[in-house]
Amino acid sequence: MAHAHGNAPSPSESMEAFLNGLWKQNPVFVQVLGMCPTLAVTNSARNAAAMGLATIFVLVCSNTLISLVRKLVQKQVRIATYILIIATFVTMVDYIIKAVSVDVYKALGPFIALIVVNCIILGRAEAFASKNSVGKSILDGLGMGLGFAIALFCLGGVREILGAGTLFGVSLFGPNFQPWVLFLLPSGGFFTLAGWLLIFTWWKERKKRMAEAQQ
Amino acid sequence: MSAPSLTPEIVLHTSPHLHSARSVGVIMRNVVYAMLPICLYGVYNFGISVVALLVVSTLSCVLTEHMFCRAAGRPSSIKDSSVIITGILLGLTLPPGFPLWMAAVGGFVAVGLGKMLFGGLGFNVFNPALVGRAFLQAAFPTAITTYTPALANGRFAEFIPTTLTFPFAQPPVITEWIARVRIDAFSGATPLTALKFDKIGTGLTPLFWGNVAGSAGETSVILILLGGLYLVARNFMDWRITAAMLLSAFVLSGVFHLSNPAAYPHPLFMLFSGGLMLGAVFMATDMVGSPVTPLGVWIYGGVMGALTILIRLLGGLPEGVMYAILIGNAVSPMIDNLTQPRVYGTQRKTGARA
Repeated sequence: MAHAHGNAPSPSESMEAFLNGLWKQNPVFVQVLGMCPTLAVTNSARNAAAMGLATIFVLVCSNTLISLVRKLVQKQVRIATYILIIATFVTMVDYIIKAVSVDVYKALGPFIALIVVNCIILGRAEAFASKNSVGKSILDGLGMGLGFAIALFCLGGVREILGAGTLFGVSLFGPNFQPWVLFLLPSGGFFTLAGWLLIFTWWKERKKRMAEAQQ
Repeated sequence: MSAPSLTPEIVLHTSPHLHSARSVGVIMRNVVYAMLPICLYGVYNFGISVVALLVVSTLSCVLTEHMFCRAAGRPSSIKDSSVIITGILLGLTLPPGFPLWMAAVGGFVAVGLGKMLFGGLGFNVFNPALVGRAFLQAAFPTAITTYTPALANGRFAEFIPTTLTFPFAQPPVITEWIARVRIDAFSGATPLTALKFDKIGTGLTPLFWGNVAGSAGETSVILILLGGLYLVARNFMDWRITAAMLLSAFVLSGVFHLSNPAAYPHPLFMLFSGGLMLGAVFMATDMVGSPVTPLGVWIYGGVMGALTILIRLLGGLPEGVMYAILIGNAVSPMIDNLTQPRVYGTQRKTGARA
């Protein structure tokens, strides 16, 4: 944080702010935040991608604005201000999605409005944007948003492939494929998330063990 | 059951100090013996498809346990035979013509999710075989409710067409095949399905001997009871759980029957049909998932029996044993907590624990 008061952050710091959300502090796979949309709207790759894009938009915009006004907002009213800012962008996203595709709008249902209370967004506002420069806040929002979107896509892709034999509505295995109905049901979301978490944890443990063995 | 100590030292132990020679392996092998007649009858009843089904589900379970042990860097625990029981039980609860690739998936989920991820034998919350079956029920609802007739023509010469479904493909529709091989007017329904959706009853005698449609190993009441009696006689099984489950199912369905004999079947029919007998004898009594207190086992069995009847008579499904036992497994730690016996020499205090 040595350069936090300076004007331009060093490239490596910016890179770190961006990469943190993608991998090291991935909101879904590492922090296990925002489980409500993660489990609820990932029954197809399309819904997952739409929710991911909407969250990226809200996160980047709210991070930018909150970082801009961070020195003007009184400490006592900061949460209310953040929510107001976030809600503004969520309302915009709500209208944009309705204009682009009514199908997606219906599929996502109340979960678009619920982006307001997605703890990732408020979490980044409080933990990052309110303490860092605009440039870094944008990169942080992009990284976290992309990390969230990739995770949603990982879930939605697996669930759609197994549950319907399609990806983005395109049939992958022909008409003879046996769909695993379970994966389109809510319980399938838990199974898929658990599977991904298992893979990540196992991989990380393995890496740690190999690093220890090398020493 | 203490681990052998490597260094000569004084080992302090609470009772019991005397151990019998029976290990987990001995108990589990005897359970396998008790299940063998049921497997053989399943083969006689439904043909060679059941052989393939049992072999695939068991192999899948054993391989999964071996793989998980290796991935965790532990010695393989397949030698204690408990995983073989899981495999056989899973096979016995599936329809005889269940596609083999789905049975393999079920075995992987049963042992991987139901047992190894919890830490292996003794740590699993639920009966692994039923976890596998519940997964299959949710994933492939059509295949797991496609039943074939008992004692079909040519059952030892050819597989049921659905058995050999190519992996990840849909099983073929077998209405025509059933029409060709059946020996009577079989409609593709188990006694419970026939009762629930078509209001057709089945006689108690065929249910008792087992020559009716159903899952591979759940049809013969007499053989399941004999297997259970063998285990009880050798003191490998807690008969109170089975007794409590059957008793509460009998009493509750008796109440229903007396209140409206036209709508609700005779309690004996409820006991002899579906998987209640197999579940009560071989699954509810799973040592890992059941309570240990004397009063607790009666409550545990009673809850499962009552749930089975409630799901069957009032729920949307024709059969409820699987979910009843899974719920029973889930509440068994709580039953244990609530029924702690008074420790000798102490007084039960209200409020604070002694």
